[in-house]
Amino acid sequence: MTENNTPVIYGINGPVVTVQGYRGFSMMEMVYVGTERLVGEVIGITDQKTTIQVYEETLGLKLGEPVVGTGNPLNITLGPGILNNIFDGIERPLRDLSELDGAFLQRGGKIPLLSETRKWKVAVLAKIGQTLSGGSIFAECPETPIITHRCMVPPDLEGTVIWVAKNGEYTVADPILKIRNDDGREHVLYLAQRWPIKIPRPMKKRLPPNIPLITGQRIIDTILPIAKGGTAAIPGGFGTGKTMTQHQLAKWCDADLIVYVGCGERGNEMSQVLEEFSALTDPKSGRPMMERTCLIANTSNMPVAAREASIYTGITLAEYYRDMGYHVAIMADSTSRWAEALREISGRLEEMPAEEGFPAYLSSRLSEFYERAGRVTNLNGTEGSVTIIGAVSPQGSDFSEPVTQNTKRYVRCFWALDKALAYARHYPAINWITSYSEYFDDLNNWYEDHVGLDFVQNRRRINVLLQEEDRLMEIVKLIGEDVLPDDQKLIIETANVIRTGFLQQNAFHKDDTFVSIQKQQQMMEVILHLYDAAKRRVSMGIPISRIKETGLFEKLIRMKYEISNNALELFGQYKEEITRTLDALN
Amino acid sequence: MIIDYLGTNEINGPLVVLKNIPGVANEEMVELRMDNGTVRQGRIVQMDRERLVVQVFQGTRGISLNNTRTRFLGHPIELPLSLEILGRTFDGAGRPIDGLGEVYSDLRRNINGLPMNPVCRTYPQNYICTGISSIDVLMTLIRGQKLPIFSGSGMSHNELAVQIARQARLTGSEDENFCIVFAAMGVKNDIADYFKRSFEEANVLHRVVMFQNLSSDPIVERILTPRCALTAAEYLAYEENMHVLVIMTDMTAYAEALREFSSSKGEIPGRKGYPGYLYSDLASLYERAGIVRGKQGSVTQLPILTMPNDDITHPVPDLTGYITEGQIVLDRSLNASGIYPPVAILPSLSRLMKDGIGENFTRADHAAVSGQVFASYAKVMDARSLASVIGEEELSEIDQKYLKFGRLFEQEVLKQGHHENRTIEESLNLCWRILSTLPRSELSRVENTMLEQYYRPEQGDTL
Repeated sequence: MTENNTPVIYGINGPVVTVQGYRGFSMMEMVYVGTERLVGEVIGITDQKTTIQVYEETLGLKLGEPVVGTGNPLNITLGPGILNNIFDGIERPLRDLSELDGAFLQRGGKIPLLSETRKWKVAVLAKIGQTLSGGSIFAECPETPIITHRCMVPPDLEGTVIWVAKNGEYTVADPILKIRNDDGREHVLYLAQRWPIKIPRPMKKRLPPNIPLITGQRIIDTILPIAKGGTAAIPGGFGTGKTMTQHQLAKWCDADLIVYVGCGERGNEMSQVLEEFSALTDPKSGRPMMERTCLIANTSNMPVAAREASIYTGITLAEYYRDMGYHVAIMADSTSRWAEALREISGRLEEMPAEEGFPAYLSSRLSEFYERAGRVTNLNGTEGSVTIIGAVSPQGSDFSEPVTQNTKRYVRCFWALDKALAYARHYPAINWITSYSEYFDDLNNWYEDHVGLDFVQNRRRINVLLQEEDRLMEIVKLIGEDVLPDDQKLIIETANVIRTGFLQQNAFHKDDTFVSIQKQQQMMEVILHLYDAAKRRVSMGIPISRIKETGLFEKLIRMKYEISNNALELFGQYKEEITRTLDALN
Repeated sequence: MIIDYLGTNEINGPLVVLKNIPGVANEEMVELRMDNGTVRQGRIVQMDRERLVVQVFQGTRGISLNNTRTRFLGHPIELPLSLEILGRTFDGAGRPIDGLGEVYSDLRRNINGLPMNPVCRTYPQNYICTGISSIDVLMTLIRGQKLPIFSGSGMSHNELAVQIARQARLTGSEDENFCIVFAAMGVKNDIADYFKRSFEEANVLHRVVMFQNLSSDPIVERILTPRCALTAAEYLAYEENMHVLVIMTDMTAYAEALREFSSSKGEIPGRKGYPGYLYSDLASLYERAGIVRGKQGSVTQLPILTMPNDDITHPVPDLTGYITEGQIVLDRSLNASGIYPPVAILPSLSRLMKDGIGENFTRADHAAVSGQVFASYAKVMDARSLASVIGEEELSEIDQKYLKFGRLFEQEVLKQGHHENRTIEESLNLCWRILSTLPRSELSRVENTMLEQYYRPEQGDTL
């Protein structure tokens, strides 16, 4: 075969296809494979052979079918229509596919990624003669009732506006603007633009992570906070509540937008997210949550190569909205499935495996992904952020496996889910001893300014009590609780209140599912107030058993249900009652 | 296109290598005719310009480099489908073995199926009453769910599966359209027989489709068995509007067959020698459970797997747990102390139950009761491990109460007869009776109003 021939399929091995003799492809180029035009990506080139991974099922593909290059790296379309939508791993709209093909997914790229018939009400902001640079916002349209879509000049373009469309209704395929750059070339701009998923979108400057992402989950906001633009990993064996935790964060965190990536996970979970988020209303705007959410669903039975791409697709969408000036949170459930997809394809390529069969580049791929998070100043001067929260599913629940260990090196929040807590149905099952957050010091100023000067102090005391209890429980496990002195029994009792009354949170309770940071602060204060008052009594020689008989500990355990979110003044009464009851003991 | 090809180039385990023929498609079916007249089936698993690798279902014994004619059938492996498959028995590759002749139908389906579009799934919410207290209260089975039984050799998983299949009912409706698809993979002959006999005794055999690949049958067919079974199940559910319960046993044997096949292909092994794609492969089976929006039927899966050495972190149970919507774990010490079903409470879980229980489904207090039982039973385990160190007498009063609670719970709630069919009310009331032996202050998962209604310490004291 000479290199002038059209490239054809030479070999097929699972999702990997090879082409022999043709030398025209470039690395990472997007190609269409076979007569059905399956989407693929060039992942290896030698003198003789080009290796392509195919993002769809290769069953029925024949040798000798054509392979067509596109000249571009694997890219997706960015524009209005992304929100309130659900895509597969390479941004094919699943709703449109279901109308075309029915309930089961067929193959082939038959439809545009974003609807080309839907019209958007566009307000053009740019004027003729204005000079625009990459990232400049030239038009706006309401994408959903709560999110305004800002159309930006692609980062690699700049020039002077020579034509603008009138305000009106346009589709993503209609021209909106023409610009001419310095060397006289003209470019037409549309509502949508394309961007290669594996390249981070550029920004002007990174900002320090000193604003927390408030999630309404006590153990996260108070004990293990995450910053806007931060990174967190949620590792946990099956059944420990990774997905539940991610759902809770997606529902309640104060990001403007959520990108939820179901990477190699269950189909029923995605349909649950779709149903729930359409039914739930966003507390800030009163509109359905789906209107600020984009779902990427590449379930475990969908093609494995697209599973690898889904993570990149998700983060690219998140960066695009960040560029508009939004705070975006991306939930990746689960990054382990992504790593396994890497391993599976690496195996098909017969690459030399490193640890546990994972390819040696696992670590660099993970770091590339997590480094795309951050709070930044965008090219157009707005401020936005991408927060990454990735679930990790360690094989055999063993945190020493390669994906967990490598992830740990690139995230600054580690919310380790604990089997024993999950078995006792203590949710969220985040273990407060083995988890950590490196954002404490960055966020202290914000907490002191916005919540209260003593917040940081309270949190430290709560932490100390939990650590103390952990140490004491070692002794209790060996000889029982009865032998401990009263002041140590008090620590155990108080820690029990913290565990069941504060850290444990009921996602299905209307008040408890989301708790404001102010209420969290008040709850901490009441618990510490009880501890201090009881400690004084104990030091005066009053036995702990009498303090327990007052029922105050149980009362505080139930306060998360009894005090509703808009009745924070009740905390004052609780404190008074504690003082009164304990003063009466002598 | 039908092409005959003479001889083979290379033979290795279940694989035969042929020189390439143009126009052949990936995963196409082939027929190998040997000179002595026997016919074997196979499929193409790998191909490039020089070589075609064919996986032979019945094994390569007797095949030589020149005694075989290969015919390419021009389609991937398919299963003929019609309502007549009900009551029939097939081998692992979908051929009838009950002597009742072929199934003739125009409708033939590729057994690999197609992934379901997540948008078209209905989120499963209909609760199935199995009549087994531990399952109904603590890990409720939902129609359209995939809930595996994690067991070990010698435990009563088969009895449990049969009891679930016999008793499973949607509450409040008559299920005329209920049927069972049973896939036996690498099980012993008498186990397959036991299932058959049990279905017969329950008078449901005419509603059962059986696919049998016994432990002595070729391993390549074992890889096809669950796919055939699920293709039949999808047909019955989505085209004949039936509610299908798929019982697949034993998934560990299936995974081992996959490992054997993978190593004969010379693939790079992952954990414990299993191929790196074991997760994707298992997912392509388990994810075929569900309900399609707008269709009447449903596919509910009850896979059974035996954990080698009772190790839940072994790759097969581990990866299964990551795909399925919960698990029912059986416990050897409960089994040994004569408690049937020996369901280990703490590691068992049903992910879908939260939306299928409570008012309008089961009873308003259901979620609270199950949460409380899990929390209390976790304390029983703590008390037991403390007791094993310092002795039962030295335990505090409250720990003693927990020990008693644990004993009572296992004897009264967990344990039940093979034919005992409890309603959900009976099961919940039973739980309340046992919970009432604990002091009220210990029941922190239950709201006060429910305690008023159901907490009866005076009953608890009589136990």
